[in-house]
Amino acid sequence: MTEQAPQWGADSQPPQTPLAARRDGTSPVSPAIAKALVAVGAVVSLVSTFLAWTWTSSFPGDLSVTGYPGGNQVITLVVSVLLILALGPVYGVPGLRWLAPRGYVRLLRGLALANAVSTWYVLLAIAIELNGLANWVSGSWVAAIATLLPVAGSFLLPDDQRDAPPARSIPLWAQSAIILVAIILAMFIADYGITTGFTEEFIGFALAVGFAAWGLNASGVLARLTELTARNRIATSVAAFAAALLFVFLQTSDQYNTIADDILIFATVALGLNIVVGLAGLLDLGYVAFLGVGAYSAALVSGALSSRYAHTVLPFWGQILIGVSVSIIAGVIIGAPTLRLRGDYLAIVTLGFGEIFRIVVNNLNGQSGPDLTNGPEGVYGVPDLKLFGYDFGKNHQLFGVTFGKFGNYYLLLLVAMAIVVFIFARVNDSRIGRAWVAIREDETAAGAMGIHGYRFKLLAFGLGAALAGFAGTINAHLLNTVTPDQYLFSASAPPNSAFLLAAVVLGGMGTISGPLLGAALLYLVPAKFQFFQNKQLLLFGLALILMMRFRPEGLVPNKRRQLEFHAEEVAEAEAHEVVASEAPEAEAVA
Amino acid sequence: MTTLTTTEPADRVGTAVLEARGVTMRFGGLTAVDGVDLTVGDREIVGLIGPNGAGKTTFFNCLTGLYVPTSGEVRYKGAVLPAKPYRVTQAGIARTFQNIRLFANMTVLENVMVGRHCRTKEGLFSAIGRGPRYRSAERESRDNARELLDFLGIGRHANSLARNLPYGDQRKLEIARAMASDPGLILLDEPTAGMNPQETRATQEVVFKIRERGLAVVVIEHDMRFIFGLCDRVAVLVQGRKLVEGTPEVVRADERVIAAYLGTPYEDDAADRGAAGDGDGATVRAAGEDEGTAS
Repeated sequence: MTEQAPQWGADSQPPQTPLAARRDGTSPVSPAIAKALVAVGAVVSLVSTFLAWTWTSSFPGDLSVTGYPGGNQVITLVVSVLLILALGPVYGVPGLRWLAPRGYVRLLRGLALANAVSTWYVLLAIAIELNGLANWVSGSWVAAIATLLPVAGSFLLPDDQRDAPPARSIPLWAQSAIILVAIILAMFIADYGITTGFTEEFIGFALAVGFAAWGLNASGVLARLTELTARNRIATSVAAFAAALLFVFLQTSDQYNTIADDILIFATVALGLNIVVGLAGLLDLGYVAFLGVGAYSAALVSGALSSRYAHTVLPFWGQILIGVSVSIIAGVIIGAPTLRLRGDYLAIVTLGFGEIFRIVVNNLNGQSGPDLTNGPEGVYGVPDLKLFGYDFGKNHQLFGVTFGKFGNYYLLLLVAMAIVVFIFARVNDSRIGRAWVAIREDETAAGAMGIHGYRFKLLAFGLGAALAGFAGTINAHLLNTVTPDQYLFSASAPPNSAFLLAAVVLGGMGTISGPLLGAALLYLVPAKFQFFQNKQLLLFGLALILMMRFRPEGLVPNKRRQLEFHAEEVAEAEAHEVVASEAPEAEAVA
Repeated sequence: MTTLTTTEPADRVGTAVLEARGVTMRFGGLTAVDGVDLTVGDREIVGLIGPNGAGKTTFFNCLTGLYVPTSGEVRYKGAVLPAKPYRVTQAGIARTFQNIRLFANMTVLENVMVGRHCRTKEGLFSAIGRGPRYRSAERESRDNARELLDFLGIGRHANSLARNLPYGDQRKLEIARAMASDPGLILLDEPTAGMNPQETRATQEVVFKIRERGLAVVVIEHDMRFIFGLCDRVAVLVQGRKLVEGTPEVVRADERVIAAYLGTPYEDDAADRGAAGDGDGATVRAAGEDEGTAS
């Protein structure tokens, strides 16, 4: 197994002479000077973060303390450290060459830009918000100049982009360890983004992450990592789950858990929608209605104050059963007559259904319709969950960490998310998932292959509705109220049908990590850019247009599991299948 | 209706696999296929030729349930064929398409595994639960798919995306995908379109090999050398009607066939077009170049 084991690292490879570098003799300065510029700039900008960047503490984050980086200085500090690490492959430092399998120049450029842009953004913000360059102190000038040096140096270096050499093979435990470390790091980055206290910090953070990600992508290190995660899916899932758990243990208060909860709900529903849109190719513009159906069904039998059935209090599993069943029924009622349609017609009908749902629950108040949902006031007073004597509404001490209400729900939502990811992964990689993709690709040809198109489309619709209904039952308890206006087609904040679809399309259709990433971004960015207020949708639209122009396949493109069956031998494919379905130790045995 | 066995005992060579009786397909006033009879015996390779627009592909679509014939009857191994494509495949007739219709964004292996769909039954819950039966079924379809890819000589491409395959290999993949459903009869719609002579010859070998596996084959083609070197029997469709049927020698010698393809000097072209517009395909006109009547 070890000789077939996935590979990593390029340390054992002889250094390759990049074609571009050999051809390109036009650079005005010698590479040695350019490299030195980068190195000096990186070190000085690192030092500058320990200096004061302004004299007054009135700028958010307090950048006036010498010897202690604060606020945005931390971002510059981290990026500078990364930049110094990226000098490893430049100077051939052993053990660091894996950072740039496809060439280091673009990595340097990305990180240098990340450093310069985020630092300059803060420095300009200081100058503008505090009225004038006079608010810069010597530390600001040092940072401003030092962060520019690596940009100049890296762009003076000739491009050395090349094909990544074949990776060195490493043992399985090391692969798992690398995945774990990478995902925990990613979690820390996400945690930093979620817990940023003020807009300047978030923008600086977003700029740095964007440019650094571009550099890491161009250097090929992200591709290596993606390859690794695709080969070790069990390890990846476990690591992701562990990192998500770690997040809640890092929180000192419930303040940011609410954001995390909303992201998890949003991402779970987006993943459900991904079955309908990404796999089966059915454009559903009213998907949020199924979340609403689940939430209403569960709320009505949860013993909520304003519920018509307040005397009927079902246990949580009963509510889930009701919520999921009613959602499936709604899905079949909508799907059965409409799924014979193709393409745009279906989109229009689902759009209509989403609105019909909202208007109906708005009117089932006993006056304009039968008394069921309490009209616009909705079902309020949904009690907090109690599972096995664990009251989700109260504070709990777990391993020395206090879990408030939202921390409790975070744990529950994490489990719910894991269930949805599990179902998605299993169904995607099965006869049914293949049938869905075949229908998406060419319904006529799929029919000629013996696939009952209508039945499988209905199955996708029903499964999507079930998962949304499942998320809805938890959402009802999390929010304690269920009102019609939570389930709109379009609003300035998620979840709504437009944002759900955008999360799937932006993230990457047919993938698991895509909608999760898309949902996190689409939730976090509006939440952190509160000051845009009524221009949020405008920016959202602009972002979508740019995305479709420059990266139509989404942030995480679906490689349709090219790596999964990498080796030719059936035996290996089977080993992967065992890994995908059973215990990880099976691979070690094989 | 669909309780047909897919494999027949080998000693029943000569019995009809496919019997089409008086298949007629009308689109409004246009008769694209007009009372065509076709019988395909066990392990027989039947060619279907005719000028463009003669109704060959329409006839194929009638055989595979894509169209429901206006009148007439198609029997597969004695049973009347159901009217839905997926049921026809289930019954044992597989097909390829004239313009390649692969699942472009799936891997080659997955394409063939999709072809296996109607021979597997695993539902949603077994896909989530993954019991031993599910895994053995999945392994079986993967083995089957790999075997078929090797059979057609494209096994080395198993993991690339279908859209990245060279053109000739895409044609082969279509055949592999069709064969994955364990059919008793395979319908090939212009399998050598766009191929060079070497590739065409290789395709000929492939069709013979398919026959050796116990399948009957119906093939539409314009390449006469390919057809006459391959088929046991050739039927000629002109203007939706069957003009001639017989061994390659008989068809090749028939003057009407040559006339249908090349035209005859004395027939008036314009009169011919007018007649075709009326949907009157009753007389067998010897004039060629009647493209665009139907398909």
